[in-house]
Amino acid sequence: MNSGAVMKQDSRTVKRREMLAGAKATLPLIIGAIPFGIIFGTLAGPSGLSVWGALAMSVVVYAGSSQFIALGLMAAGAAIPVIIATTFVVNLRHILYAANLVPKVAHLPHRWRVMMAFGLTDETFAAVSNRFMLQQNTDYAHWFYLGSWVAMYGNWILCTGLGIALGKTFPDMTDWGLDFAMSVTFIGMVVPYLKNKPMWGAVIVSGAIAMATIGMPHKLGLIVAALCGIATGLSLHLLLKHEPAKAVVDD
Amino acid sequence: MTEFLLIAGMFVATFSVRYVLFAVAGRVRFPPWLTTSLSFVPPAVLTAIIVPAVLLPRGELWLGFDNPWLLSGLFAVLVSFWRRDLLTTIVLGMLCFMLLRFGLGL
Repeated sequence: MNSGAVMKQDSRTVKRREMLAGAKATLPLIIGAIPFGIIFGTLAGPSGLSVWGALAMSVVVYAGSSQFIALGLMAAGAAIPVIIATTFVVNLRHILYAANLVPKVAHLPHRWRVMMAFGLTDETFAAVSNRFMLQQNTDYAHWFYLGSWVAMYGNWILCTGLGIALGKTFPDMTDWGLDFAMSVTFIGMVVPYLKNKPMWGAVIVSGAIAMATIGMPHKLGLIVAALCGIATGLSLHLLLKHEPAKAVVDD
Repeated sequence: MTEFLLIAGMFVATFSVRYVLFAVAGRVRFPPWLTTSLSFVPPAVLTAIIVPAVLLPRGELWLGFDNPWLLSGLFAVLVSFWRRDLLTTIVLGMLCFMLLRFGLGL
């Protein structure tokens, strides 16, 4: 009985340590996310979102790039179904993250997996996948995940609020061209992908079709362009796949 | 009301994608072509957003060396190829943009 109590005490310490480690591992990524939370809050009002709407979006949706894109689409007068469909397409990348994590967490109770799904951002995945894939003893690693999520989520809501306040205080901030912050962030996210021909093909076709379909109603061109880009990437991947193998055979 | 619909819809579109695999917990395997397709999603979507945003920053096509969105965008691409570090790209890209807009008044 006594040893059982000691073990309980121990596991509580381990859980706390894992949570702190999770928050700490996410810290550099949190610092990177601070400007986006603030800029999101600043741009929300001028894009047509109320103060509570902007805050609710950060609390309920909790998806940085989608929230930015939603603002851009709202400002351009897109219809709500198009914004929701775009959100869906933009978030498809999270399926890949989940596919990586699921084998490690399949044994956990359902409520843990719900938390993990809600907290699955680019940042938390980056921090947590290191913990799950590269380190030993993952018995309590879900507490590490929880720590990463709490830190990231809290920071996101805080920065959104800060941005909303800034936007109210300096209404002419919207003329500064802060929307460029979104473009430059996305550029920094796309370039590291450009390592092979299928990726180049996907990106070039997507950009060209986006320009060609600029006149389509409700900003539907965005989805058309993305789908054409993905189709191009997949086709090139399948066409080029056998090339190295052939070279080996020729040798 | 429209805001409520927008946020509710975006929540469903975000959470469903993040949750589906956690819910079935490893009992589903993707065919390879689907996994490959998914890997093209982020760059394809983001590019479809970036290109019109820098070529039509004011709603009309603006191809020229006096378009700070376009110039800073190209500069950010170069920085990103040079360093491949997100934070460096953002900081230098924004600096370039601010310089062109407020330093040179473009």
